[in-house]
Amino acid sequence: MYFDSWEAFVSMGGHGPFVWAAYGVTLLTMLFLILQPSRQLKALRKSAANEARIQQRRKDQRNASRT
Amino acid sequence: MRLSMLAKRDFTLYWRNKSDVSNALIFFVVAVSFFPLGVSPEASVLGPISIGLIWIVALLSVQLGLDSLFRDDYEDGSLEQLALSETPLALIVLVRLLVYWCCVGLPLSLFSPLLGLMLSMPAEAYSTLILSITLGTLYLTAVGAVGAALTVSLKRGGMLLSLIVMPLYTPILIFGSSSVSFAADGLDADGLLLVVFGLTVLSVSLAPLAISASLRMSLENG
Amino acid sequence: MAKSRWEWFHQLASPKSFYEKTTRWVPWLGFLAAGLLVVGAVWGLAIAPEDAKQGNSYRIIFIHVPAAFLALAGYYMMAIAGAIGLIWKMKLSFIAMRSAAVIGAALTFVSLFTGAVWGKPTWGTYWVWDARITSMLILFFLYLGVLALADAFERKESGNKASALLALVGTVNIPIIYKSVDWWNSLHQPATIKFTSAPSMDMSMFVPLMIMIAGFYAFYAYVLIKHMRAQSLQTERNKQWAKDTLLGE
Repeated sequence: MYFDSWEAFVSMGGHGPFVWAAYGVTLLTMLFLILQPSRQLKALRKSAANEARIQQRRKDQRNASRT
Repeated sequence: MRLSMLAKRDFTLYWRNKSDVSNALIFFVVAVSFFPLGVSPEASVLGPISIGLIWIVALLSVQLGLDSLFRDDYEDGSLEQLALSETPLALIVLVRLLVYWCCVGLPLSLFSPLLGLMLSMPAEAYSTLILSITLGTLYLTAVGAVGAALTVSLKRGGMLLSLIVMPLYTPILIFGSSSVSFAADGLDADGLLLVVFGLTVLSVSLAPLAISASLRMSLENG
Repeated sequence: MAKSRWEWFHQLASPKSFYEKTTRWVPWLGFLAAGLLVVGAVWGLAIAPEDAKQGNSYRIIFIHVPAAFLALAGYYMMAIAGAIGLIWKMKLSFIAMRSAAVIGAALTFVSLFTGAVWGKPTWGTYWVWDARITSMLILFFLYLGVLALADAFERKESGNKASALLALVGTVNIPIIYKSVDWWNSLHQPATIKFTSAPSMDMSMFVPLMIMIAGFYAFYAYVLIKHMRAQSLQTERNKQWAKDTLLGE
């Protein structure tokens, strides 16, 4: 550990805001990159489920009209 | 189709529809004359920035007309015929580029000294200005036409075209305007003009290949 | 003839087999990236000593340099994927190209932002038209162009081809752009402003930087595969395997 105390680590000799802003924005961008495909998948799953439900209903109706 | 006939046809189109040529020139003059209004009319302010300013506005003037370079031919189907002809499409494209440059680029470069005068550009730089803009507009036409070919099938391609090709203009803007600045400072600009020439030769020889490839792509996709 | 010889290649590179083959080990790649990044960041932020000239602000180097590395490498990666797609008409490589475009643009933004924030304590200003920052900015514009062109077409396939070609044209131009910006910068900037004294870097700073670069590479591979998996399902959403996967069978 290079710093003497937690406070010294946070303030970084006055450069704290810059260092933490840089690391923070990087972290946020990385999180965006990680979560974006999951969001895309969620939407896809939803539309796939909807479509499956519609097809199921059609099948049911067809069966009902046949009997 | 013979290339000379093609060139004649393209020239005739520009001759009949002179507004394409005059609009670029008018835009050039109007945009440049806005700078004294927006920045300052003082010669001491305008003089040092005049070179870069004329260069950037010339760049935009060439850029604005490029959107229609292949569009009419694409829409009325004659592009398809050109693509099917025995002459390689790249050569046909090269003719089209050269005609556009003669009709738009050359008038801009001939007009540029007048604007330099209005912006109190240093007197030593005029010949270099004409030469660098003459060569530079050819580069801009060739590189910008790649974007025009890529966006030809889009209905509203104009803004997108600027967005995709402007980063590619970086080298010519740097070397073109620097050569004029060198001349204005009384330095030897020949080396830089040679670089501008080299970039132009490179772009004019390579761009037609990329353009014909992307035109074929646009035709396939309909 | 030639077609049948390449069939195995196409099969291997189909979105379906890509999806199936990556399912098992992609989380491990994620753990690897997270591990390297955490170790590198803690080392860089808390353990590495202060820089004699720049103070603690130099600690931004541990993210700035890897991000800038990958931003540039990512452009070539995108262009190569696009070229493969154009030549062999492979769906998966266009998927890779589009994913690489998004990730590359994001990393270029990171390197620009961290560079600007680093500039404030070092040069006293957020933005300097330094050669590297300017080149990075133009690289960012190039990425934006590819992204905008890819999304401008109604048919996805047209967008794929057009943006692949644009990426290739950009690849030819990048070295020229970098060289010209370098030259331009040497013309206008006093030589006193230097980014970092990289060659004389101490081992105690060099090791965490290497760990961070490795971590960023692992992260890049991880997100690239993750984006490609999602896009594979998206483009093939009407095929049975994708439906089965999406419905969790």
